[in-house]
Amino acid sequence: MFVSLDLLLNAIVAGLLLGGFYAAVTLGITISFGMLDIANIAQPAFILLGSYAAYTLNSNWGIDPILVGVAMLPVFFVIGMAVYRLYYYAFERRGEQAIQGLAFFFGLLFVGEVSLVLVFGVDYRFVEASYIGPSLHFWTIDLPLRMLIPCLVSLLMVALLQVYLTHSFIGRAILAVSQDGLALQLMAASPIRIKQIAFGISTATCALAGTFLIIIQPVEPSIGRDYIGRIFAICVLGGMTSFPGMVAAAMLIGIVESITATFYGPSWAPAVAFGFLLITLAVRPAGLLGR
Amino acid sequence: MRTGTFWLVLIAVGIVLLVLSRALVLNEYFYFAAYVVLQYIVLSTAWNILGGYTGYTNFGTAAFFALGAYTAVVLHKTTAVPLPLMIVAGGAVSGIVGLGMGYLTLRLRGVFFAIATLAMAIVVQTLIVNWDYVGGSRGIYIIRPQQAPLVGSYIQYLYSLMLIMAVLSVGIARTIERSRLGLGFAAIRDDEQAAEAGGVPTLRLKLIATTLSGAMMGMAGAPLPYYVTYLDPASSFNLAYAVNSVAMPVIGGMTSWIGPVIGAVLLGTIQQIATVTISSALNLLIVGLLLIFFVIIAPNGIVGLVQELRRLGEGGRRAKAPAPNVKAKAG
Amino acid sequence: MPLLDVNGLGKRFGGFVALEHIDLAIDAGDRLGLIGPNGSGKSTLVNCLCGTLHNETGSVVFDGRRLDGLIAHQRTRMGLARSFQLPKPFRTLNLIDNIRVPLLYTVNARAGGHLSAAAVEERSRELLHQVGLSEKATRLPRDLTQVEMRKLELARAVATQPRLLFADEAMAGLSPSEVEEILAVLFRLNEEGITIVLIEHIMRAVMSFSTRLVVLVAGQKIADGDPQEAIRNPEVERAYLGE
Repeated sequence: MFVSLDLLLNAIVAGLLLGGFYAAVTLGITISFGMLDIANIAQPAFILLGSYAAYTLNSNWGIDPILVGVAMLPVFFVIGMAVYRLYYYAFERRGEQAIQGLAFFFGLLFVGEVSLVLVFGVDYRFVEASYIGPSLHFWTIDLPLRMLIPCLVSLLMVALLQVYLTHSFIGRAILAVSQDGLALQLMAASPIRIKQIAFGISTATCALAGTFLIIIQPVEPSIGRDYIGRIFAICVLGGMTSFPGMVAAAMLIGIVESITATFYGPSWAPAVAFGFLLITLAVRPAGLLGR
Repeated sequence: MRTGTFWLVLIAVGIVLLVLSRALVLNEYFYFAAYVVLQYIVLSTAWNILGGYTGYTNFGTAAFFALGAYTAVVLHKTTAVPLPLMIVAGGAVSGIVGLGMGYLTLRLRGVFFAIATLAMAIVVQTLIVNWDYVGGSRGIYIIRPQQAPLVGSYIQYLYSLMLIMAVLSVGIARTIERSRLGLGFAAIRDDEQAAEAGGVPTLRLKLIATTLSGAMMGMAGAPLPYYVTYLDPASSFNLAYAVNSVAMPVIGGMTSWIGPVIGAVLLGTIQQIATVTISSALNLLIVGLLLIFFVIIAPNGIVGLVQELRRLGEGGRRAKAPAPNVKAKAG
Repeated sequence: MPLLDVNGLGKRFGGFVALEHIDLAIDAGDRLGLIGPNGSGKSTLVNCLCGTLHNETGSVVFDGRRLDGLIAHQRTRMGLARSFQLPKPFRTLNLIDNIRVPLLYTVNARAGGHLSAAAVEERSRELLHQVGLSEKATRLPRDLTQVEMRKLELARAVATQPRLLFADEAMAGLSPSEVEEILAVLFRLNEEGITIVLIEHIMRAVMSFSTRLVVLVAGQKIADGDPQEAIRNPEVERAYLGE
């Protein structure tokens, strides 16, 4: 089969840009699942919530979607803290089996999707902004702005959060909790408050991730399901707690998905992520960069 | 009640229901609705063997179910085997997929298994959507045979088959509960490490649970093409199957065979009524909210609530009886 | 020939060396005390020997058979049993059923060891009686006191009819009289022929129980022999009291 170098090159570049976006999507899970050991499978619901928030404010008042995303950060942060509170009182405190916690988040995911269907319907929604449409051109490579800008802002968000976690008091407390909750308790810092903040941060990232999503492609309520496999695959592959590992894993999956989509059709993308997930879990649960 | 006696009673109930309904019910709609409720009894019971008994959550019910349905489609197009054989084949296919999935993911924590099943459901759907032989995304039309093997209409035949499957699955669940296998499952659910240290071959038992559960779901899916006559991925992978197969056991109660039955009958009937009065999306929303509500407030479901009430009742009665000679022991 | 022969056992967690070249030989009938500061690798050693963790280097031979590659339930069936540091009862099962699990899955799984359902029930009650839990036989683990939970742990381990039993910190947090209770159970088990390895911090109990003492510090064995001598070893003193 004749493989056009042009096509391949563009597919790889598109994959890198996609990978940057995937890093933003997975960021929240790396915090909630990787660091706090909470399997928040409702994450895609929060992301879609972010997408529809951007859609609503953009289509009604013409506000730039990324601005909406930033404005939504505190809102989502509070929502995340509330969800963690509920999760803690209902499950963590009682030491319930994992199955109830999972069922809870599954219920949230489900209720989220169905609510969006009831409010917005099943039609595709999209946003409008000046950078959706034009592309940069280097040599034979296309760089659509609607992918480039989310990618760059995503990586910026990841970098900022990394700095916050390693240099601020609360950030370092979060890292400490992820390693040893008991030690933190002995130091008289309350792990529950720290976890609450961490979970709030993980949900807040969805505000921006959701905005990026609707910039990159039109959304409808059921596409959240495609992302479950992706975000957990990236999280596990990236080593669970490492941000650099997560970015590397996101880029890898982005590139493989992009190449698969270019040569075999876009509907196989979820299968790529799932394949990665299975292989990683079977072969190396510690992830790409090790633990 | 001994297991043997239970089976006799169960089969008797099944026969009575079968004979009565076919003799008394004139409205065909009853069979359409009852089929769905019975199907959910099978799905919930199957889910609960892995979920409630063994403690491993499966979010991919739709995949196992749909694989059974599409196995039947393939057999329908290529052979002339009767439906009961298609049911067995559907069970075999889904059972093998369950075994494979389990083998790859059950050595790790339950969380990873759950996530993998969620992702798997999407992938199986993608495979079906891209497989034109079974209709792809456009779907496929299946013609219901004119003649049913038993006396009555074809839908009555489907209803009868599903009733038999419901009886079988409940019987199997109850038998497991009282058996050594069930004790092993419970030990895994309560503390897998301690179970392993106690000599329980945890991986093997988990694989048995996954395979059995998947096979039962596949069997429940096999008659679906004849029931709906138009089968497409959107409806066979419908969200309703995923959430219902989790909600029904959770709401009914996961620790006993009767929980999934209660959940299926209750929620199934309510939904059958609701779909004609409110939109299906709103209907599913209510189920989702009920699931969240129950999992927080009453994690042991309706069965658990009844047990609590009984315990409180007994405690009240015991408090009235004179206390034993505690002082004598302390001396 | 020793009952348990450990040679060059090593275990790492990523870059952290938890156990380094452990050699240990335990004879049948021994009462071995295993002590060491927190984090010295005692529980890791037990986990490796019982199959819960996988050691990277070294060999373990039990009763003449190599254990490498066998997972936990297989080792239990061979005669290695352990109780857990933090009791891990089967929470939704009553005490009788808690004991039935190891009876059905270990004793009945061995060649020639088939107990009928009635015999299993009877043996279960008998084991509960031996540790003084008869009265609460039909209750759930949540109705047990701390010391009763420890007894259940031991009863479950004993139910597997072990040749060698690891009692992992079975007395932590108990009052002196409760410690005596558990110690009495362990002495009796040893008299019945079970080799016991006692992992403990309570020095009084260890010294009165052990015929031999092994000291682990930072993943290495620094003493192995007569309890009184091992205690007086300057390295051991340093490890416990600091430089």
